[in-house]
Amino acid sequence: MGGDGTSTKLSGPAVLSRKPLAYAALALWVGLLAATPLLGDNYTVRIAITIAMFTAMALSWNFIGGFTGYPSFSTAAFFGIGCYVGALAQRNGIPLVVAWTLATLAVALFAAALGLIILRLKGHYFAIGSIAVVEVVRLIVSSWGSVTGGGDGLNVPLLQGGPEAVSAIVLYVMLAIMLAAFGATVLVDRGRLGFGLRCINQNEDAADMVGIDTTRYKIAAYSLSALFCGTVGAVYASWVGYIDPTDSFSILLTVKVPVMALLGGAGTVFGPIVGTGVFVLLEEFFWANFLEWNRAILGGIIVFLIFFLPGGILRLDYRRLWRDLLARRARQRSAEAAE
Amino acid sequence: MSGILRLEGVSKAFGGIRAVNDVSFALEEGEIVGLIGPNGAGKTTLVNLITGVHPLTAGRVVFAGADVTRQKPFQAARRGLARTFQIVQPFPQMSVLENVAAGALFGGAPDTMADALDEARRELAFVGLEPLAETPAASLTLPNRKRLELAKSLAMRPKVLLLDEVNAGLNAAEIDGALELIRQIAARGVTILIIEHLMKVVLSISQRILVLHHGELIAEGAPRAVVENEKVIEAYLGAKFAARFKQQGSAHV
Repeated sequence: MGGDGTSTKLSGPAVLSRKPLAYAALALWVGLLAATPLLGDNYTVRIAITIAMFTAMALSWNFIGGFTGYPSFSTAAFFGIGCYVGALAQRNGIPLVVAWTLATLAVALFAAALGLIILRLKGHYFAIGSIAVVEVVRLIVSSWGSVTGGGDGLNVPLLQGGPEAVSAIVLYVMLAIMLAAFGATVLVDRGRLGFGLRCINQNEDAADMVGIDTTRYKIAAYSLSALFCGTVGAVYASWVGYIDPTDSFSILLTVKVPVMALLGGAGTVFGPIVGTGVFVLLEEFFWANFLEWNRAILGGIIVFLIFFLPGGILRLDYRRLWRDLLARRARQRSAEAAE
Repeated sequence: MSGILRLEGVSKAFGGIRAVNDVSFALEEGEIVGLIGPNGAGKTTLVNLITGVHPLTAGRVVFAGADVTRQKPFQAARRGLARTFQIVQPFPQMSVLENVAAGALFGGAPDTMADALDEARRELAFVGLEPLAETPAASLTLPNRKRLELAKSLAMRPKVLLLDEVNAGLNAAEIDGALELIRQIAARGVTILIIEHLMKVVLSISQRILVLHHGELIAEGAPRAVVENEKVIEAYLGAKFAARFKQQGSAHV
């Protein structure tokens, strides 16, 4: 690119993508999460794992929901299929890492094939179609007892080592997936694919007319949004040692992930990371303090988001807020002085 | 019959309605051809058929010697068959420059973003939008949006440009500017098919005119001949306009 002038600002809304400060903050954040096995107890490590795995999924969702503007609710389908493919592969004697890779590939293929069908839908119809996918896959898995164990679920071979060692391994694997998803995000954001997806987001007909193969681009985005979820699912299955259809294909999961991305800022590079961190910490706080009300509070957060933060935390104009605040202070002071 | 773009018996039916019926014509390289016809004649449908937005019910579209009847819009764009929309279609939250760069990157030759941006800047200078390169496309005025649409199409390095009512909604002064621009585009060797409602505009700029009525081509020829054609007068112009145009024409000569 020709210099650092204003004219090279091609990343669109991803304002922070080129700022070294944001990368430093991310490094610090990842370092902090990675240090939890040394610093905190197993409970803290569990939170760190949750953050890493949801960040990976929120970053994934961002490809289709953020960049492309297709409100996908199929995260739980990808996650659940990842769980089951990973678990079944391991039960059939396939080594751990191969099983995880297999789950990743299977989910990516599933998404590509599915995308060919449901990416013809737009807006609300796409949202409904994508949520139906979760239910259909869940029903198939729970009815196909001979393979999947049905409603009884499946036991997954446990990871070797004591509980602390296992947590640490799972944490580092999840962090690696999260960083891989982040790396993919940065590449997409700066490249041809990201530019094309933004065009589709803003005006799909015009994107088509400008020479973008919209079907292929959307399928690429949808597959990208799926594959890391597949890996996360398989690793999760190995971590918890037991999976069942209700847990693996949870509607709550499918709603939470987009909310996290939206909270931070959909379509931005760092938004899903910020949003997930904030969301998981808030959720932990509410779980701990309002056991019976935490779901209602989740609903409240969603409503708040839609009304007050449609662009997410990263899209707020903080300088303006700060200036407004200062101006208000100054006005108050001058009013007091006048009295 | 040769030509850079050729239609052979192109038809389109939406259910029982024949929107376009057995239309054949050819555009020669470097020509400016006007396509006129009353509202609902099927002009925009014809453009949609040429660029692959709708599949054809019957007939063939041949572009630069290749059968492109079954192409998708994005393929048309990459082949060098660009169009503008009657209702402008920008990427609203992107800057003017980014809009044009999208055309260059995906529809044109450049391989890298840097090349696409350079190309975009050249086209913006050509249409006179350079000072507004950094403004969001959504904040442009209508005449400037039309210019943006042209710059975007030009960045795709088209061989043939289909202009669907680029002058609709512009005032007289703005139309003169737009016509000047279209002439300059033609001077670059781009073949142009201009769909237009304003007769004055289309007659002044076109070397040849096609008249569409109820989805059928009812006349084709030099502007003068078309205006004097009985069928065209009856279907579209009205006797009054024809008489006035004749007077004006003889006054000019």
